[in-house]
Amino acid sequence: MSILVNKETRVLVQGITGREGSFHAAQMIAAGTEVVAGMTPGRGGEWVLDGKVPIFDTVKQAVDVTEVNTSVIFVPASVAADSISEAAEAGIDLIVCITEGIPVKDMIQTCAGLQKTQSRLIGPNCPGIISPGESLVGIIPVGITMPGKIGIISRSGTLTYEILYALKRVSLGVSTCVGIGGDAIKGADFVEILELFEDDPHTDSVILIGEIGGIDEEHAAEMIMTKFSKPVYGFIAGLSAPPGKRMGHAGAIIEGGTGGAQQKIEALTQAGVKVATNPGQVVNLILKK
Amino acid sequence: MRLHEYQAKNIFSRYGIPIPKGRIANSAGEVKQIAEELGGRAVIKAQVLAGGRGKLGGIRLSKTAQEAEELATQILSMDLKGLPVRRVLVDEIVSFNKEIYLGITNDRVERKPVIIGSGTGGVDIEEVARENPEKIVKIYLDAPFGLHDFQTRELAIGIDLPRELWKSFNLICKSLWKVFKENDAAIAEINPLVITHNGELMALDGKMVVDDNSLFRHPELVEIRDLDAEEPVEVEARKYGLSYIKMNGNIGCMVNGAGLAMATLDLIKANGGEPSNFLDIGGGANADKVSTAIRIICADPSVKVILVNIFGGITRCDEVAKGIIAATKVMKDNVPLIIRLAGTNAEQGMQILENTSLHTAQNLEDAAKMAVKFSRRAKK
Repeated sequence: MSILVNKETRVLVQGITGREGSFHAAQMIAAGTEVVAGMTPGRGGEWVLDGKVPIFDTVKQAVDVTEVNTSVIFVPASVAADSISEAAEAGIDLIVCITEGIPVKDMIQTCAGLQKTQSRLIGPNCPGIISPGESLVGIIPVGITMPGKIGIISRSGTLTYEILYALKRVSLGVSTCVGIGGDAIKGADFVEILELFEDDPHTDSVILIGEIGGIDEEHAAEMIMTKFSKPVYGFIAGLSAPPGKRMGHAGAIIEGGTGGAQQKIEALTQAGVKVATNPGQVVNLILKK
Repeated sequence: MRLHEYQAKNIFSRYGIPIPKGRIANSAGEVKQIAEELGGRAVIKAQVLAGGRGKLGGIRLSKTAQEAEELATQILSMDLKGLPVRRVLVDEIVSFNKEIYLGITNDRVERKPVIIGSGTGGVDIEEVARENPEKIVKIYLDAPFGLHDFQTRELAIGIDLPRELWKSFNLICKSLWKVFKENDAAIAEINPLVITHNGELMALDGKMVVDDNSLFRHPELVEIRDLDAEEPVEVEARKYGLSYIKMNGNIGCMVNGAGLAMATLDLIKANGGEPSNFLDIGGGANADKVSTAIRIICADPSVKVILVNIFGGITRCDEVAKGIIAATKVMKDNVPLIIRLAGTNAEQGMQILENTSLHTAQNLEDAAKMAVKFSRRAKK
């Protein structure tokens, strides 16, 4: 079992005719995900992926005709915020935005609009979500995952793969792995996903993968201390980062004395999280317990 | 993208915020001429993309045009925080009674723009925020509505601004909000905003940082980007869609993904090494991009060894291996490469690297340790 995505997940791919969208739609189908619709304005009425997936001009049309409940977005950054809003307006429950490089102003406006809807946003600038053996909504390589009882929440992409791969090599499986993304302004944060893992009877423990910038990890630490009952393991990237320099992620800036890796590690440690000193060590901590 | 002071102030001025009379100059001769026009008394300010210019001697006052020329000669030969001063701003000297701080930025926790004011301007505002947080007034803005008149009044009251200035303060706040919004700024800041001896508000300094992600819709800002003021190698990398940041060590790094790249640098440091750079080749990089990345790393003469750490997702390890082989054909041969490939097509990638002089590692930790060992060997 899992959180957010499972066998009931019916996916709409926004931007399905683009290079990334078409490639990853095929990967998702290969992973067993129910991809029921695609959307590209101006291409409605066509069928893609061996004629199995219909394309619609709008999200609303896709919702009216198919049983879609989840959307994954691969459109260019200049129009991605609009795509998120369109999905939310159409009543999609879960919106996963993979697109990287969305202007901050667009995300601020979009997030303000989302509060008036029932939709949950994951991302942007994230690898998506996988519940191994059930559903993949995003770009996480299926081959490095196996089903199990560890939940993962991460702000990073490839660093998450590193840890998934290390887990699999010692036959440790994952209930759900959620990439919440590396941007400063994003949808769900650590706390929101931790709440879901707390309530999921099939998740025994959680790995939290953070990085410099913001105070998401500190908020998570507070929540873990007071409201989270399962063991948590952690890793924070960016101990060696020089202050003020942008390390690839818009969100990974050390702002005015807050957001440093050391503070995050201390906050999590105080909350009882076992924090690894390098990605490979996370597995050792779990095996040792 | 950070703008120079004179660029920020020009933009502020276009939006109706009062700034001192003045112009930008490239030479001491020009400075003399501008100072003459201003009557000799002028402030000469180094234009570099770094804070704390005043403390480092990059801001000087002249009483005569002659003195302005001499000071400009000094300033134009300076390096401030490693950045050569190529231009100076020559402004009229404005006498004032009070310094105010006024800035707008985005708060990632509240997910809202926030306008920040303080009656204690002209100083390091972060220090004020730390030591006297009660002297800082913050008002959060609703993105669709923007800044209301009543909010600028609250701000004016919060910083003890005399009533007769409320109206002009309101106009300045609204202009700054417009600057912020219309230019996709990450920061738009006036420090100090002064009350002059004539009882008027004026922006003596300006700072603006524009959201890099928004530059696609701001060709006018891309145009004024001062590439000379940035690390040339960072500029070069950006052209190829690579995210490169120069650091001070001798171990070159090429990684896919920002988080993994940071973790790789951390591991090098933890093993006693010093990385020469952060480099994220992004997702789905092809052989061309990989070989360009290696060329950019090697452009730094302090690099003694290169660590390549790739976890293939969208990125295919065989493409990476091809790029590495292409790069090694043209690189100076004394820089050893340590390569760790995992994930998509890792086996094919390793096969391509077989029978070459390149070193391969099984996992990230081994790779980092090898890189540190090689960097030490090279030192001797």
